Amino acid sequence: MSNLTTAAYLISSVLFILSLRGLSHPSTARRGNFLGILGMTIAIVTTLANPGVLSYKEIGIAFLIGGLIGTSIAVRIQMTALPQLVAAFHSLVGLAAVFVAASAYYNPSAFNIGNVGAIPMGSLIEMSIGTAIGAVTFTGSIIAFGKLQGFVSGNPLVFKGQHFLNLLLGLGIIALIVKFCIDQNQELFWLIVAASFVIGVLLIVPIGGADMPVIVSMLNSYSGWAAAGIGFTLSNNLLIITGALVGSSGAILSYIMCKGMNRSFLNVLLGGFGGEQAASADGVKDDRQAKQGNAADAAFMMKNSKTIIIVPGYGMAVAQAQHALREMGDLLKAAGAEVRYAIHPVAGRMPGHMNVLLAEANVPYDEVLELDEINRDFSETDVAFVIGANDVTNPAAKTDKTSAIYGMPILDVENAGQVFFVKRGMASGYAGVQNELFFRDNTLMLFGDAKKVCEDIIKGLEN
Amino acid sequence: MSEISNQLENLSYKAQQIANEASQLASSVVDTSGGHSDFIIFGITVLVLACFVGYYVVWSVTPALHSPLMGVTNAISSVIIVGALLAAGPIDSTISKYFGLVAVGLAAVNIFGGFVVTNRMLSMFKKK
Repeated sequence: MSNLTTAAYLISSVLFILSLRGLSHPSTARRGNFLGILGMTIAIVTTLANPGVLSYKEIGIAFLIGGLIGTSIAVRIQMTALPQLVAAFHSLVGLAAVFVAASAYYNPSAFNIGNVGAIPMGSLIEMSIGTAIGAVTFTGSIIAFGKLQGFVSGNPLVFKGQHFLNLLLGLGIIALIVKFCIDQNQELFWLIVAASFVIGVLLIVPIGGADMPVIVSMLNSYSGWAAAGIGFTLSNNLLIITGALVGSSGAILSYIMCKGMNRSFLNVLLGGFGGEQAASADGVKDDRQAKQGNAADAAFMMKNSKTIIIVPGYGMAVAQAQHALREMGDLLKAAGAEVRYAIHPVAGRMPGHMNVLLAEANVPYDEVLELDEINRDFSETDVAFVIGANDVTNPAAKTDKTSAIYGMPILDVENAGQVFFVKRGMASGYAGVQNELFFRDNTLMLFGDAKKVCEDIIKGLEN
Repeated sequence: MSEISNQLENLSYKAQQIANEASQLASSVVDTSGGHSDFIIFGITVLVLACFVGYYVVWSVTPALHSPLMGVTNAISSVIIVGALLAAGPIDSTISKYFGLVAVGLAAVNIFGGFVVTNRMLSMFKKK
């Protein structure tokens, strides 16, 4: 690699770092994205200038087709469907890594790593590890996509001996890699790919729909490590640096999500949490009655309130209620109330999902606050309006040691003067735990579709 | 005035000398580290340092922008296209070239998709 090429790749790496740095504040974030685009452009142009790259026409066609598909999907996608889009994109990075590794195996001289059948041991190890991570990322992301999109049931799929089977497969892959590094046999290469595909599926099927934020972040991390692995094969620092950035970013996001649920990463990975099973396991019948209100009551009471905090959750996204909710907020502001939004770290199906949906509905970002920033304020708030969230408001997490969600950080909505809880029915939340909040004296349930309830309240406010 | 310009000239001369020495040192390192096997240690060094950079940079990202963060990281992880381009580069038609071309297409979907969707998200974040 010439010095000029190395320097250009270094500039790309620095631009990628600055691009992530830009996301520290919404005001610098767009510039950050632009720096990322610039870094990618420099990386591509530099590689095209490599003397070994000659087939410009075919490359141009492949690049154009991919670019057109990517752009048209990204322009059209609804913001509520972001999590599945990101999962689908991760699968492509994984598959690309497998193809690059396969290509390096069949034509090592293009990458300066020896000749067919005589690839150095180090390169073989890197190649096979990159391949395995890429293949796991590919099928794992496809299953995550299916669960988020609803193609595959969101319920965890658990069967006996599952973890033993995964362990066996994992050991099998390691054995295959060792054998491949000795024999350089092409059947072994494709066996590694196939076994990694299978383990990718098996790792994700036992994980319930609402644990997907952790899984999407984890797959994000894997796609980074796959890129870093290919970087070792190519002896290319740009790929290693970028892979490490993406890998650590995904790992940190997974950590934040796990902490938001007070569960260990291993507990999430082992799966089986949530879904119908957990709900029936809870089992105990509750005879208590929750107080039920209607939209007109809620409109009247909120109109006369000074401070209101809205707590949105995944249910708001499902009902596409964000626009109606913002309109309701605007009317309340016009009536003289202070309206703010409180976001729990695990609200939605991917990190930061609620913030994007509220931004889409034109809610200014300085009205949207994180758990630590706003949690103290509930006790001085007239009304807490919970829409589409459930487990994250359950006071039992603080008091009931037997509860499945004990220890999870909670938005203290019960401290507000009045709580309105928008919900479709009395069913328990994802964790299968009954929400104590429903039976508090200051809670009024508003049953119905989130969007419909907001629209009814808007009508009530306009009268 | 002339004194300052003299000093500047002096300084720039010294800087050049240092740069020369540095490049000589660098090339001697390259000479002694022949071949690929040495890259592994070098690569691991880079990997570990980059993980630290990633750690500090990502913790400074505001939680409100965690979705755009995933969009950007998705887009930049497609830097794997560098490998795909090298694989697709040769003129002759081999299986490895076609693998490379497929990888170029897949990575391109991600690059464009990732940056466009991130830009769409970020353009919606507005102040009061």
